[in-house]
This record gives sequence, C-alpha cells and structure tokens, in this order.
Amino acid sequence: MSGPPPPPNKLPPNVIQQQRQQAAAPPARPTPPASGLRYPTNKKTIYDRNLHRSKGAELSRAAFAYLFVEMISYAQKRVTGIADLEKRLNTQGYPLGLKLLDLLLSRQSSSSSSSTASLRPTRILALLQFITTTLWRHLFGRPADALERSATEKELYMVTDNEPLVNTYISVPKEMSQLNCAAYVAGIVEGVCDAAGFATEGVSAHSVGVEEQGDGDGGGGGGGGGGMWPGKTIFLIRFRPEVMEREEILGRGG
Amino acid sequence: MSYYFTIIGTKDNPLFEHEFGTSKQGGDGVARFREEARHMNQFIAHASLDIVEEVQWASGQMYLKLLDRFPPATYISAFITANNVKFLLLTCPSDSAPSRSSITSAASARSSSYPSSATYNPTAPATEEAVKSFFYEVYDAWLKTLMSPFYHINTPIGSPVFRGRVAAAAKKYL
Repeated sequence: MSGPPPPPNKLPPNVIQQQRQQAAAPPARPTPPASGLRYPTNKKTIYDRNLHRSKGAELSRAAFAYLFVEMISYAQKRVTGIADLEKRLNTQGYPLGLKLLDLLLSRQSSSSSSSTASLRPTRILALLQFITTTLWRHLFGRPADALERSATEKELYMVTDNEPLVNTYISVPKEMSQLNCAAYVAGIVEGVCDAAGFATEGVSAHSVGVEEQGDGDGGGGGGGGGGMWPGKTIFLIRFRPEVMEREEILGRGG
Repeated sequence: MSYYFTIIGTKDNPLFEHEFGTSKQGGDGVARFREEARHMNQFIAHASLDIVEEVQWASGQMYLKLLDRFPPATYISAFITANNVKFLLLTCPSDSAPSRSSITSAASARSSSYPSSATYNPTAPATEEAVKSFFYEVYDAWLKTLMSPFYHINTPIGSPVFRGRVAAAAKKYL
C-alpha cells in the first residue's frame, strides 16, 4: 500500500462511498422486493426444501386419474388425428423425463450409501435398467415387467408393462382403438434417454393385448399372456445410429 | 486465488456465471482477475468443453477432476451432471500477485492445510476434495432449480437465491 494507513476510527474513502451508495439505494429503487423474486408466505423457497424426502410424497390415484383425464382432453381439443394426439401426450411427458433423470440418480446415491456417488449411465443397458427399475418404481411403485432387445433390429429395445397405471381408468372408444394413452409415459422415457445423451428416433407406446387375443395362439405363452393382460403395452425405444456407434466403441474398449 | 465458475447447458450455452476469490487463509472472497483476463476466462472455459466430451463416456463419474490447464497458470476442473450439463471451475492462483510475498512465509508454516497461491497444486488430494465438495453442493442447488416447474432446461438461471447458494458453497470450501 503506498499511502499511509487510514486512522483506525475512520473508514477508507471507498468504503464510505459504498456505504453512501447503499444508503442512497432504497429511495432510488422504487420497490426493492419486486426485483423478480417473490418469496412464498412461509419464506421457504424451493431451495430450502429437502430433495431426498420421498416419504408420503405419493399422489393419490384418484387425483392422478382426474388430472390425467384433463390432460388428455386438453390435448385432444387441438389435434387432427390419433397420431397427433399421441404426439401431444408424448410432448407433455418429455420435460418430466429430463428432470427426473438427475433427481432419481441423486436420490439413489443418497439412499444406498452417501460415500459413493451415483454414476451417470454411459451404456445403453445401464440406462435401460435405470428406466425399468428406478424410474418405473418412482412413477408406478413397481418395476417394469420386461425388457427385451429386438432380434432383427439391433437399435430397437422394448420395455413391457402388463398393466400401465396411466391406462387403468381409461377406456378407449372402438373407433380410436389405435390410441394408447401411455404415449405420455413414452414421452417421459424419451426425455430420460435424451437427457442422458442417448438420442432416440422416438419412443412410442403400443397396445398388444387386443391384437394377440384376436390371433388366438400367437406364439407359445405370448398369446396367453395377452389374454391375461388386456392392457399390455410395449414401449418401443429406437436409438439413433450414432448412439449405437458409440455403444460399439465403448463395448470394444472395455 | 481467483475463481471463475460457470454452468454450461447441453447445447454449450452458458446458463450461469460467478466470479469469486478464495476465502481460505484470510482471503476476502473477491475475485482479482485482470481486466483482460475476464473475457479470456470465458474463452478458456469453453475451450475445455472439448475435453469434457472426450472423457465423459469413459466413466460414469460426475466429478471429472482437473481437466485442463492453460498456461501460465489457469486450471479447469469440471463436473458433469447426468443431464449433460457441465459445471466448470476455473482457478487462477497467480493473479493475487501483490499478496504473494506476504503469504509465502505463512505457507511454509502450514503448507499441510491449504496450498497458498504461490505453491498451488491443483492435483493435491485436499484441493480435489474441496473442489468436489463445492461441485456437489452446487449440484444440489442446481437440482432444486431443476425441480422448479417454472424452470426449463437450458435456460439461464437468474435466481438470486441460487447465486447465494453458490457463493455460500464457495465460501465454505474454496
């Protein structure tokens, strides 16, 4: 410092200036609380809430069903066809998947052991297992019923749910038999895949129960399963070629 | 020591920026970047994104440790969330030059606790652990931001509460 030190009872000039500015600030700004942030009445922002508290956070089924029906009818008002409607439901679920991925991963790490941080899914199998167990359990309280890979198309994976919760209280009219409202769940799955860096060509939900029943004996035990689970839904996940390419390279490396 | 922290979205777009100084060893928590260094910081941070993309698939770890260095003395540590959002922390030990002579004598006395700006070692376990704790604390706050239904992914974070959380984490660990 070049100049002599300031006397102890006097503040340096720049500090005084700052204080003056602060003193002058309130009248200059007309409404200080209206700076864009509004606190809730209990003074708790989202940052004060616990991320890992999931006990008692389940939503009642009736409330969900009511909300979901409203979502569908909202989407239905603005569409031209069934494919369009499914697309809209898919879009509604998509942001949910983006957000759930990180939340569930961090919850996983905090519940298992605090020392080992959870890993990001870097391989397709790890990602799909995350979807069928962790994600499904969070959304529906149970894991998905099956996870398969298509024998003919390597980039195609199938997640089966025998009785999707979202379709429990929905009866699809005959003229719209193509519709499966689990497209919403497909949107969530697509969001998770996209967020994790596994771009997809799209995730779609298909009902199989009705068709298999019509076939009668459609391939061993599969036909019987269709009869037992009329609402059986398959989610088709088709990954992009670049994702498959990366998977191959990673597979060779380790 | 001066720090520059930034959050980069999935489309390599910046979402958040914060500059601060060390609060350890009597630091006052104010960043002392030279004026011409400040825009370089953004440039250096973005340049290291290439390395993030190289290493992100090698392991599932979120904390990528010391990733890059930019001569003469700028170090970049990185953290990547499952959503492919990157946290970058740029450390610049040399810019607190005026105070260096006063610190070196103190550093020899307690070199075990925290590396001073003169003897800064970015790969020391204590440094890495501190940076890791800082990143995880920010990650927690970032997750809460993400949980807000009004926050869309890849949009800048403007919440003053979030900035306060980052500043508090910086004060606590760095």
